[in-house]
Amino acid sequence: MENKTMTCINCPMGCQVNVAYEIKDGKPDPVSFVITGNTCPRGKDYAISEMTAPTRTVTGTVSAKGGDKAVLPVKTVPPVPKDMVLTVAKELEKITVSAPVSIGDVIISDVCGTKSSIVATGNLQEG
Amino acid sequence: MKKKIAIIGGGPAGLAAAVAAKENGVDDIVIIERAPSAGGILMQCIHNGFGLHTFKEELTGPEYADRYIKRAKEKDVEIFLSTFAIDISPDKVITCMSKDKGIFTIEAESIILAMGCRERPRGALNTPGYRPAGIYSAGTAQKFVNIEGKLPGKEVVILGSGDIGLIMARRMTLEGAKVKAVAEIMPYSGGLKRNIVQCLDDFGIPLKLSTTVVDIDGKDRVKSVTLAKVDEKLNPIPGTEEVIPCDTLLLSCGLLPENELSQAIGVELSPVTGGPKVNESLETNIPGVFAAGNVLHVHDLVDYVSEEAANAGKHAAEYVKRSAEASGDKREFVVETGNGVRYTVPMTVRPSECDTLTTLRFRVGNVYKNPEICVYMGDRCVLRRKKQICAPGEMEQVILKKADLDTLKDGETIKVLLE
Repeated sequence: MENKTMTCINCPMGCQVNVAYEIKDGKPDPVSFVITGNTCPRGKDYAISEMTAPTRTVTGTVSAKGGDKAVLPVKTVPPVPKDMVLTVAKELEKITVSAPVSIGDVIISDVCGTKSSIVATGNLQEG
Repeated sequence: MKKKIAIIGGGPAGLAAAVAAKENGVDDIVIIERAPSAGGILMQCIHNGFGLHTFKEELTGPEYADRYIKRAKEKDVEIFLSTFAIDISPDKVITCMSKDKGIFTIEAESIILAMGCRERPRGALNTPGYRPAGIYSAGTAQKFVNIEGKLPGKEVVILGSGDIGLIMARRMTLEGAKVKAVAEIMPYSGGLKRNIVQCLDDFGIPLKLSTTVVDIDGKDRVKSVTLAKVDEKLNPIPGTEEVIPCDTLLLSCGLLPENELSQAIGVELSPVTGGPKVNESLETNIPGVFAAGNVLHVHDLVDYVSEEAANAGKHAAEYVKRSAEASGDKREFVVETGNGVRYTVPMTVRPSECDTLTTLRFRVGNVYKNPEICVYMGDRCVLRRKKQICAPGEMEQVILKKADLDTLKDGETIKVLLE
């Protein structure tokens, strides 16, 4: 039996939720989960998603050319797997966009093979 | 020039106030904004998590700002950009300055204060040690990284676990810097739980509670900072020092409402919040001068800033529309705080001016498990709500019913406390 403890983020309680689990095919086996420490059902759901498929939205900036800003803010849509966060962040360093760009414009699709897109969260006007 | 309503500050509060004032029938409005674009601090808050309450989706700061900028444009709100309000007289004459117009004045019938807040600087922290380059407030570093595209350092220690510090710990990490520790003098973090998990735990950044900076070394550039544990009285404990080599120290040690202009008008400030004392209409002691957003009290969620500011905008519009009438004698009741509740906004309530429901927001002074939030009208308990936890880092709110407020008798007070 393996063990993992995490802080639930659903409310300010921040319950320390512990998941005891067994490894099957190199991955935590959901059937084996014994979840303790949560004080409400949301804690259990959170623990299951963190154990099976944790995702995060990566936000950052890319270089901007020919516009009114030095950098343009971007995010991943939908969120990427948690273990891809640093890889995607590194990828952003290689990107340069040219004005004009509007909020919602897709800058790269399927970034680093995640099937997520890099989407502009700011406007870049020519100037 | 003359304006019905002048709004100082074009951040989330100023924009929402302007839109609401227009919707409530006042057209002659101007926002005075010192930056070259509207949106305020949201423009550098490129992380997500904004707008969950208002738009039911997770937006980044610039996206949230853009929605309000668009609304203001649709409603033809006039915005003076790159314009400083440098003084306001008690008779509501605003002296402004801009490159294009030089110095000019605006005579306003009503003013909405929406200047936001500033970060507590090193000078206000009494941090010992040298004064080398490499010490920034977290928000300054945020501007360098997210607006200028420049990384202010490579090996970082952060003092204070406020949300901006936590957000910057993640941001600097994603940009390739090594964040060695976040030190927090209190035994609990002032930041939101989700930020501690997603900004620190996700990247294995240690959060050192009951810990502060006792020395900064480096003559030209920061070379190291010395951390030490503190006792219950927050005094450093000798022998617990730990030297951490780094080139950058970020400070995330609290936000202070920016009220120099408010004071010039003669607006009374609360010593607890640092913001104006306001009634249920978010009106200060100066009739026709309203306040909303972080200039009033520091918020965690921009959604509540927008909501509060819209309320101020509505009341400013009502003030302008009826300013010819003599305002009748209105009974006013003080909101008393006790047992864990540090302050409330509003601080006084006139039942005659209240809508059916009035939102009252507050913060607690410590971490409380299983408290009950209680509201009394005089000695009558009208609201009792069980909470699993209350913490200083999370603003609380209660909704007052007009029917309850109408039961108040002269000499009574409204009380908000934890039991």
